[in-house]
Amino acid sequence: MIEVQGLTKRYGSERAVDGISFEVKSGEVLGFLGPNGAGKTTTMKVITCFLPPSEGTVRVNGYDVRTDALEVKRQIGYLPENTPLYLDMRVYDYLGFIAAMRGVASDRRDGRIADMAEVCGLGSVLQKPIEALSKGYRQRVGLAQAMIHDPEILILDEPTTGLDPNQIVEIRELIKAVGREKTVILSTHILPEVQASCDRVLIIHRGRLVADGTPQDLKDSFSGGQRVRFGVTAGDAVLSTLSGRPDLQVIEHVTDPVGETVFTLSSDRHDDIRPDLFRLAVEHGWTLTELHRDQANLEDVFRQLTAA
Amino acid sequence: MQEAWTLTKKELQSYFDSPVAYVVLSIFLLLTGWFFSNGLFLENTASLRSVFDIVPFIFLFFIPAITMSTFAEERRAGTLELLLTMPVRDWQVILGKLMAVTLFLLVAIGMTLIYTFAVASLGDVDFGATFGGYLGLFLLGMTCGSIGIMASSMTRNQIVAFILGFGIIFVLYLMDKVTAFVPGSMSGAIQYLGTDFHYQNLLRGVVDTRDVLYYFSMTAFAGLVTMYSLARRPE
Repeated sequence: MIEVQGLTKRYGSERAVDGISFEVKSGEVLGFLGPNGAGKTTTMKVITCFLPPSEGTVRVNGYDVRTDALEVKRQIGYLPENTPLYLDMRVYDYLGFIAAMRGVASDRRDGRIADMAEVCGLGSVLQKPIEALSKGYRQRVGLAQAMIHDPEILILDEPTTGLDPNQIVEIRELIKAVGREKTVILSTHILPEVQASCDRVLIIHRGRLVADGTPQDLKDSFSGGQRVRFGVTAGDAVLSTLSGRPDLQVIEHVTDPVGETVFTLSSDRHDDIRPDLFRLAVEHGWTLTELHRDQANLEDVFRQLTAA
Repeated sequence: MQEAWTLTKKELQSYFDSPVAYVVLSIFLLLTGWFFSNGLFLENTASLRSVFDIVPFIFLFFIPAITMSTFAEERRAGTLELLLTMPVRDWQVILGKLMAVTLFLLVAIGMTLIYTFAVASLGDVDFGATFGGYLGLFLLGMTCGSIGIMASSMTRNQIVAFILGFGIIFVLYLMDKVTAFVPGSMSGAIQYLGTDFHYQNLLRGVVDTRDVLYYFSMTAFAGLVTMYSLARRPE
């Protein structure tokens, strides 16, 4: 459980984070979304006790970052941005070092390293120096490092940046699997990532919270109506009939040589307009060839909220 | 404390996993060996004095070289964030690094024991002076090490850290040699601040608590400044 209350972080006179409040419940996977420089990383650095807050309070499982930093740090596993690692160390030594620093008892360390190697797919590289690993493997080492002490809370700053599409899918699967048992906060500016792995999304822009909800909530509340592709084979009467309806706007219509016309319609109604369109076609005896509603996606929501 | 020791072991490991340790140790032995055998063969004196005289001078360059990466590199690579978000206190991190540097210097100093045995087999060793000398080297090494670490904590650039560390250690080394240029009333205090002044005292074979205390307080002061500069986190 993480409680952030009125968190402000100033660098000089600039406010990187400006009065943010939110809560993360145990077992939740929270996506932290925002353009670069929005304050995601700064917020994470405050939660992990790397930076002190300028104002406001942050509590992790009831421990305050100002007064109980050591306890807070014990609860958390952290993968900082750009995955810093000691490149000269071998993976096995590195994980052993982190485990020891994190207070994992010496007789349990080998077991934990073996577990992490299995979960993160590191078995084949344990004896290699980290500098010899590809970006994808380094990312896995970073994740293994964050989980080695079996923390309740995982904080991952842009865990998939710089990976190729296959690696991204792998890391996402990993996060999903981990997220079933742990509280996870992950930051990203890549939208499909949030849709793929998060229960809840916070959108942050210029240091302020601009949206908070499940990906579906956000899509629903910010879709700005709906768009439907409606294809029929019928005469010119269709256009006038559709134009006559007050709840619809015809955005465009294209007729192909075979006589099929595809209309792109938009509506401000919040309920689905497809049943109405179907009934309309039946009433007028039009042959329906296509009926498709475009899902508003998070990308639209995100652009709408964070556009200049 | 356990965490500081874990860090110490890791730091030592990385010294000995890289060429740094071997380059530094061989050149250290080469230089001290040169001065020792000069005294032994050219001047026919079975004494460690020449070794004890040259080591502070070698430290001047070697200690900043060993310590320049301690925090600057962690800052540059971003691993400082990793280190400081582990459940350890800042002072434990600093202590861990200082212990690693000091132990490494002890290895270097320990290797000069060969000369002591050589002298012992050839003539009489002044045990008081030898003990004082080794104690002095240990304390001097620890103090300069903490200053080097302090310099390294202030920047993310290792070269800046080296120059800064060298500069401070050099000034402290010269402190008791410039008393002629300062008003008489201050010369005592200035002299007392010099690292070499206390080292020369110990070399005489007299272990005075004031000298020992001086080194520990300098180390503690450098440690405090390091804590302060770590608290000023990178942005």
